[in-house]
Amino acid sequence: MNIPQHLKYSASHEWVLMEGDLAIIGITDYAQKELGDLVFINLPNVDDEMVVDEAFADVESVKAVSDIIAPVNGTIAQVNEELLDAPELINQDAYAAWIVKAKDVTGLDDLLTADQYLELISKEG
Amino acid sequence: MGSYLPSTRDEQQQMLEAIGLKELKDLFVDVPREVLLKDSVDIKPGLSEMGVRQEMEKIAAKNTVFQTVLRGAGAYDHHIPAIVSTVTAKEEFLTTYTPYQAEISQGVLQSIFEYQTMICELTGMDVSNASVYDGASAAAEAVMMTQTRSRERVYVASTAHPEVIETIRTYCWGREVPFELIPQKDGLLDLSALENLPGDTACVYVQQPNFYGLFEQAEQAANLAHQAGAKAVMGVYPISLGICASPGELGYDIAVGEGQPLGIPMSWGGPYLGFMAARKDMMRMLPGRIAGETKDKQGRRAYVLTLQAREQHIRREKASSNVCTNQALCAMTAAVYMAAMGPQGMAEVAQLCYEGAHYFADELGKLKGFGRVHTADFFNEFLTHCPMDVRQFEAEMARRGILCGLTVDDKLLWCVTEKMDKQAIDEVIAVIREVSGQ
Repeated sequence: MNIPQHLKYSASHEWVLMEGDLAIIGITDYAQKELGDLVFINLPNVDDEMVVDEAFADVESVKAVSDIIAPVNGTIAQVNEELLDAPELINQDAYAAWIVKAKDVTGLDDLLTADQYLELISKEG
Repeated sequence: MGSYLPSTRDEQQQMLEAIGLKELKDLFVDVPREVLLKDSVDIKPGLSEMGVRQEMEKIAAKNTVFQTVLRGAGAYDHHIPAIVSTVTAKEEFLTTYTPYQAEISQGVLQSIFEYQTMICELTGMDVSNASVYDGASAAAEAVMMTQTRSRERVYVASTAHPEVIETIRTYCWGREVPFELIPQKDGLLDLSALENLPGDTACVYVQQPNFYGLFEQAEQAANLAHQAGAKAVMGVYPISLGICASPGELGYDIAVGEGQPLGIPMSWGGPYLGFMAARKDMMRMLPGRIAGETKDKQGRRAYVLTLQAREQHIRREKASSNVCTNQALCAMTAAVYMAAMGPQGMAEVAQLCYEGAHYFADELGKLKGFGRVHTADFFNEFLTHCPMDVRQFEAEMARRGILCGLTVDDKLLWCVTEKMDKQAIDEVIAVIREVSGQ
């Protein structure tokens, strides 16, 4: 299972990386495997508010549509528009294919470490 | 019917209580009391087939079927070529419900695909669904397609069909979506109301031609919606598209409308057809079925139901709609109609409607008291004054076999289709002259 040590995680399978004041957010390798081949992503707009535990985007695989849940509070600063044309980038490398970058972030302390996340998904699996 | 429903009287009572009603008949308060059936149909038991038929024909003969119809307002009296019912009455089509194992019925899927293709050509849009129940529900579904996390507010033209407005309002009420009416001036939208729309605006809904038959400044309305970052939705009379700019050409994101004018009889107000088409970037928000073309294992052309992850049975509560069926036979009827007419035929019908209505308006204008209410140009409907009590005028015309324009307060909303030629119009004018004592 690919769970990089330097990232933070949420129980709803998002990863977070702080880069200066920005939180870079994507979904985990485990999540992309569970979803299967992604065919579409619905991204938020820049300046949209992101509220922890609420959906801020959704992805469509050939079989289902799933929400992507905000792991932290914040305001959307950038969206990865490359994913609109190529959502499969998430399947290819879930940690390179970031989804949004957020500013004014709060709630980081509640995120899981890599070890805690591994423990969580071992239980789910 | 009641005996087929697997609910007991107690369960029915519980359901009524849950929605705050006392009796089953409270559900039907919206049906005018004078047309509500009080007892069951009075047919004696043990009648032969012939006896029942005679009885039913006697009842049916009470209906007035007008030979001359000068009324539109949502349902239109167009000529239907004989080939339409010849094709649609084929039992392979007439008896097939949208199949659950869809891909086994390639013929039905192909007919839906061809319908979608023609709707796209007519509206200038990229993708069409397989249809919904009627024009009003198509309009409300389109408005719901534009809902996003940060944009909910909808602006609906007050010049749209009143029943379409009510349907959109009902959908908005149910989903707690803010609903605003765009005011009108001289029968047209007051576009100044669309300047500086709030940032939470999801869409602007415009009807073209509008309820009074007038051409709105539809392109400007779409531009104003887009300036505010909102979507533009057009409700359109499909026949007018034979000669008028399409919603696609006018910059709209979604086009919807009532498909009845495309070869479907007026009947008793149904079954009708709601068509829905959108630009590609809205494709995943389209409700209902979409048939797509692909290739099978051996490389042969084949049809499938596609993009089903949008739909309610997969997307569940996140779907933009709970529509999960279509109006297959009516959609097929529209497809056969459009195929029979061809682009040239569609243009000619539209031209005849436009010219006939303008000739009729001119002739009416020569009579006292039947002048037009508005000055803007119109397609095939227009509102006039009436020099006498409108109800009395309507009854006098009906007595002479003519269904006159729809009464709108003390005015008349007239409609002319290709079924009225110059001679027929002149005859109607002579009758109006007589009825109004001129």
